[in-house]
Amino acid sequence: MAPHELRRPFKRPAISDQQRRRDLALIRQTQQRSDSQNRARRLASSLFDLPSHSFPDACQADFPDNVDVGYAIALEQSPELEASSPTVRHLDFVQASKLKGSAARHWFARQLMLTEWMIDVPPNLDRDWYVFARPAGKRCFVVSSNGSTVSRLRNGSVLHHFPSSLPNGARTKEISAPSHVYCILDCIFHEPDQTYYVIDMVCWRGYSLYDCSAEFRFFWLNSKLSETGACNPPSTYHRYRFSVVPIYDCNRIGLHKAYTGGFAFVKDGLLFYNRHAHYQTGNTPLALVWKDELCSQYVLDTDSEGHVPAEQQVVLELQDDGKLTTSDDPPILFGCLEKEIIQKSSFQAGNFLRFSVIDECVRIVDGKLELGDLKFVGKANRARAFADSYSKVFFQYTARHSPLQFQDLIASLDPNLDENSESNDMEMID
Amino acid sequence: MVMEATRLRDLGFLFGKCSSRIFKDALAVASQGLPSFPNLKISSHRGPPALWISEEEINSLAIPFEFSLIMAVEITQVLLNAQSVDASARKYAEESLNQFQDQNLPSFFLALSGELANNDKPVDSRKLAGLILKNTLDAKEQHRKNDLIQRWLSLDMFVKAQVKGCLLQTLSSPVSDARSTASQVIAKVAGIELPHKQWPELISTLLSNIQQQQSHVKQATLETLGYLCEEVSPDFVDQDQVNKILTAVVQGMNASEVNNDVRLSATRALYNALGFAQANFSNDMERDYLMRVVCEATLTPELKIRQAAFECLVAISSSYYDKLGSYMQDIFIITAKAVKEDEEPVALQAIEFWSSICDEEIDILDEYGSDFSADSDTPCFYFIRQALPALVPMLLDTLLKQEEDQDLDEGAWNIAMAGGTCLGLVARTVGDDIVPLVMPFIEENISKPDWRQREAATYAFGSILEGPSPEKLTPTINVALNFMLTALINDPNNHVKDTTAWTVGRIFEFMHGPTVEIPVRTILSVLLQCMKDVPNVAEKACGALYFLARGCEVVGSASPLSPLFADIIQALLSVTHREDAGESRLRTAAYETLNEVVRCATDETTPIVMQLVPVIMVELHRTLEAQKLTSDEREKQNELQGLLCGCLQVIIQKLGSAEPTKYTFLQYTDQMMDLFLRVFACRNATVHEEAMLAIGALAYAAGHNFLKYMQGFYPYLEMGLQNFEEYQVCAITVGVVGDLCRALDDKILPFCDGIMTHLLKDLSSNQLHRSVKPPIFSCFGDIALAIGENFEKYLIYAMPMLQSAAELSTLVAEADDEMIEYTNQLRNGILEAHSGILQGFKNSPKTQLLMPYASNILQFLDSLYNEKDMDDIVMKAAVGVLGDLADTLGANAGPLISQSVSSKDFLEECLASDEHLIKESAQWAKFAVSRAISG
Repeated sequence: MAPHELRRPFKRPAISDQQRRRDLALIRQTQQRSDSQNRARRLASSLFDLPSHSFPDACQADFPDNVDVGYAIALEQSPELEASSPTVRHLDFVQASKLKGSAARHWFARQLMLTEWMIDVPPNLDRDWYVFARPAGKRCFVVSSNGSTVSRLRNGSVLHHFPSSLPNGARTKEISAPSHVYCILDCIFHEPDQTYYVIDMVCWRGYSLYDCSAEFRFFWLNSKLSETGACNPPSTYHRYRFSVVPIYDCNRIGLHKAYTGGFAFVKDGLLFYNRHAHYQTGNTPLALVWKDELCSQYVLDTDSEGHVPAEQQVVLELQDDGKLTTSDDPPILFGCLEKEIIQKSSFQAGNFLRFSVIDECVRIVDGKLELGDLKFVGKANRARAFADSYSKVFFQYTARHSPLQFQDLIASLDPNLDENSESNDMEMID
Repeated sequence: MVMEATRLRDLGFLFGKCSSRIFKDALAVASQGLPSFPNLKISSHRGPPALWISEEEINSLAIPFEFSLIMAVEITQVLLNAQSVDASARKYAEESLNQFQDQNLPSFFLALSGELANNDKPVDSRKLAGLILKNTLDAKEQHRKNDLIQRWLSLDMFVKAQVKGCLLQTLSSPVSDARSTASQVIAKVAGIELPHKQWPELISTLLSNIQQQQSHVKQATLETLGYLCEEVSPDFVDQDQVNKILTAVVQGMNASEVNNDVRLSATRALYNALGFAQANFSNDMERDYLMRVVCEATLTPELKIRQAAFECLVAISSSYYDKLGSYMQDIFIITAKAVKEDEEPVALQAIEFWSSICDEEIDILDEYGSDFSADSDTPCFYFIRQALPALVPMLLDTLLKQEEDQDLDEGAWNIAMAGGTCLGLVARTVGDDIVPLVMPFIEENISKPDWRQREAATYAFGSILEGPSPEKLTPTINVALNFMLTALINDPNNHVKDTTAWTVGRIFEFMHGPTVEIPVRTILSVLLQCMKDVPNVAEKACGALYFLARGCEVVGSASPLSPLFADIIQALLSVTHREDAGESRLRTAAYETLNEVVRCATDETTPIVMQLVPVIMVELHRTLEAQKLTSDEREKQNELQGLLCGCLQVIIQKLGSAEPTKYTFLQYTDQMMDLFLRVFACRNATVHEEAMLAIGALAYAAGHNFLKYMQGFYPYLEMGLQNFEEYQVCAITVGVVGDLCRALDDKILPFCDGIMTHLLKDLSSNQLHRSVKPPIFSCFGDIALAIGENFEKYLIYAMPMLQSAAELSTLVAEADDEMIEYTNQLRNGILEAHSGILQGFKNSPKTQLLMPYASNILQFLDSLYNEKDMDDIVMKAAVGVLGDLADTLGANAGPLISQSVSSKDFLEECLASDEHLIKESAQWAKFAVSRAISG
């Protein structure tokens, strides 16, 4: 038996770089497998689908730094890559959050899912839909990333810039996280209690929920939000409280609770979400808003001074050819400006113009609304990013003449479906 | 024609022991059943009558005997030839031995053991005979080892008895080499037989040998007992026999034993027997006695005995740490004397004792730190803390005993190196307390004219950087760093510079950026200059840069390296081109540092990394063009290719992971793949591994575009999957299959038949290292997720494998930590496979194909929950599978799911988990389960 070797490592780093390469490769593979799993479970994809129209040439000048310009140039220079690789059409959200000025406004303005107004009751309301009371306030996107939280209004402009307990929402040890951790919440900011009511979850900790059903998004929202301390009262690193809104199955009980129930917030109508629908940017008929005097102070549109004008007013977008259209995709034509008028005025394509509706000229043909002649009122508020939608114009018109009433909603329910749905909405609320 | 064992019943024949007999009779016995037995003639030509056989007939008759006959007569010569300087003689002899073994194992064993036992034979043939015997009983690879064990056990009892007899007989041989070889073979046989309750008389036979007066027999027997304790697990030797063995060994060690060879063998035997002495070490009297004998042996005049006795002390320090309390004071005195006065081999062991105590206490304190519980296995006795005031000066003294040029000798290990290493361990054990004890030594010596003093002071400082808190060290570090940066440029002594550069690296390793006040630019310019110094100093400077870069990576977005990024890369590339870069591992260090610098490139500096791509590719190309290399040059070339592939891999990962750089970078894919495929033509495992990893990263970055390389790459992928020997290559190739799945999605389908075949073969092989098997299961999941319902045709193969692996993984009782860890890896692999398969079939009309497996999967989840030994990763994966099952099978599986424990208790437990990822998977699973059940 020979003496035993006792030489210890001398002046050597403990880990070889080769082992480190192996380890890093394993970590990468594990992470990517987990990403694939999450994608399969519809839990993931930190990349956003970037609709092509949201990058108009005009705003490229606003790109914040070389990275994005370089990226855009890379896109232009390699058309074959663009064609072959679908991921090129995606824009990393982290990059989007670096956008500034009008580019940012443009981008964010098009990320919200916009409800249509309920013109008639959709079929299977009780089977396929949720209902909840809409808090009165400003609809906005809340984004937490890189240690701060920003809320942006529908038109993309910043409402608040603040620290919050959302993941990566403040620069504190507990909350800050790597840059790929960010959240996007669809909220309504309610002035009286200075609270953000979260009505939808678009992205959580870098996991996109875009391709998830409303059922799953609401479930996730209710599971996740309270975990973070975002629902706690305000503190130094958490300037505004967040809160969830009780969501009900759209049966008799749920409808009554949402319609007559008392909430911490001032109600502004009811929202209806189809449970199977994915989060879709822009107008969608799978998320609807409905109002009457009992559940909203703002059934009829008000003018800039807060008065309800005697005649219904609409805001339409002026197109190149003088057509006046809604914000729908594709746009609905409601009228036309003659060339001479355009030339005389300072109007340009893309301007939003306000008109009064002349009741006598309105017609409903095959369930479609036609406004006929319109009376020009003036240019719309500069902050506007959209014209009115077709459904809004229609809803406002019927609200003035033969409104869709709560009884109509109740009447549309299938009386057989009432009993077994109690348990479900409890689950969504807790 | 293969001869069967039964034909050679008459064993004496081979040893020439039996009386001669008529050849015809022998042949008649041997040739039963031969198709034609020639009709032999009697001839009386020129003398008495004899059998007359033609040469031809002899040849044909001798075929079955050929090797045994030759061996019996010529085994000695063959064994000697096998050690001949003449390569062709050697080769022929080795082949003959192999054939002999293959064709007639019993006579092979008998011939070799006979040779070993025969005192008339030359020592060289006897030694080799013993060595070959040893190798026919044991092998490194577990599967081969198992085969050899079975082969021995199934041998004829008579043969085994005769072999063992020869072995024991050899212990009495006057030739010491024969004795020593026999003792090793005996231990191997014992290692096989004792666990099977065979050879019960062995130990008593050996013990009775000890009673003999002949010293050489006593010595050989003690040596045998030592090897035996090394081979056999204590579980298979009863306490009574253990006591007798220890008694014999301790007697042999005792000062009353006059023969030094006996004492030495006894002392070395005790080293191995310590593992058997659990009970004896728990008994105060017996332990006192054992310790006294060991300590006495450390004082004998014979160097080798002192050394062996210290080795015993070192082994005791780790096996019986908690029993040492009352001996520590004496041990300190003994070790301190040895360190100070004794010859180096002994002094090194004495230092090693303290290093080993440090290892123990670091482990214990680590465990305290992780989760302290009252019933923690071993308490810490803080021996190091108590010995500190005397221990540290003792170690500091050793630092001044450096050898000239020890930094140039890769294998050097001397008292100064051991002392410094021990000092570093002491610092890790006691933390802050060491600092005031070392600082005066540093201050006194750091500026002395004698290089030994400057080097010792610097080495002391470098050694204590890990352990004490940054707060304790920061004030000193800023002063010291300034001093050392100057020394790196100005000190005339290479040894001092080497240690200084190493220390600077340690500073960056343990104290990251912000604590260092000196501007990074200043540090960098010194290090870059230092990289032009002699190879050993330059290598340490690269190491320092490695850790500096790594520290900057942690700091965040704006890297202080950025302003000099191009210069750093240029400097590192120049180092790789140095004529002497082959010395002191310099080239490797330069590439490894380059990798780290690439890893911490920021948006600002990635364009420079992009410029590096063609540079490294050209280097790799150059190595592939080199022609007519000697084997030595080829080895160096392979090493360089490995480094370059490793570097490309890091670059691919860096540039391929960010959208803005990815597309520019991917323009190089064609050329890069071309190079990698040519690299595969070299048969070298390390290079394969690096190239494989690089391809994995490249495939993931390239996505569907990688398809066009598949045809060319596929053969190497197959080769990798079949590489059982170098299992790391196999494991990495399995990982790359996963990358390909994610890159190609269903476009990988045409290759799946081949891949699945190899994966299934890998799983069923008992040659392949077990660590590769869990990743193979995960890989099933990757494939299924990529090809969706096309996985259908593999279900009948994959599912039963998963099923039996699952059963195996829940049946692990009483496992050690390593086994538990492996079991969890296996479970994770199985679960990832299920997830992938279930998700792959989602929304497919073929979903119902999975229904038959649902109840087994749920049972697996239930049994995992009931076992209660899942780690967090398995828990997350398990609850994920629950969700996947519900998600894919929906209402069809509703009743099954609601019956399972996992859908209730387990799910609840996961929902309440503090672990974010578990909770998230659980919430998702809850959603899917509630839909499946209510739906």
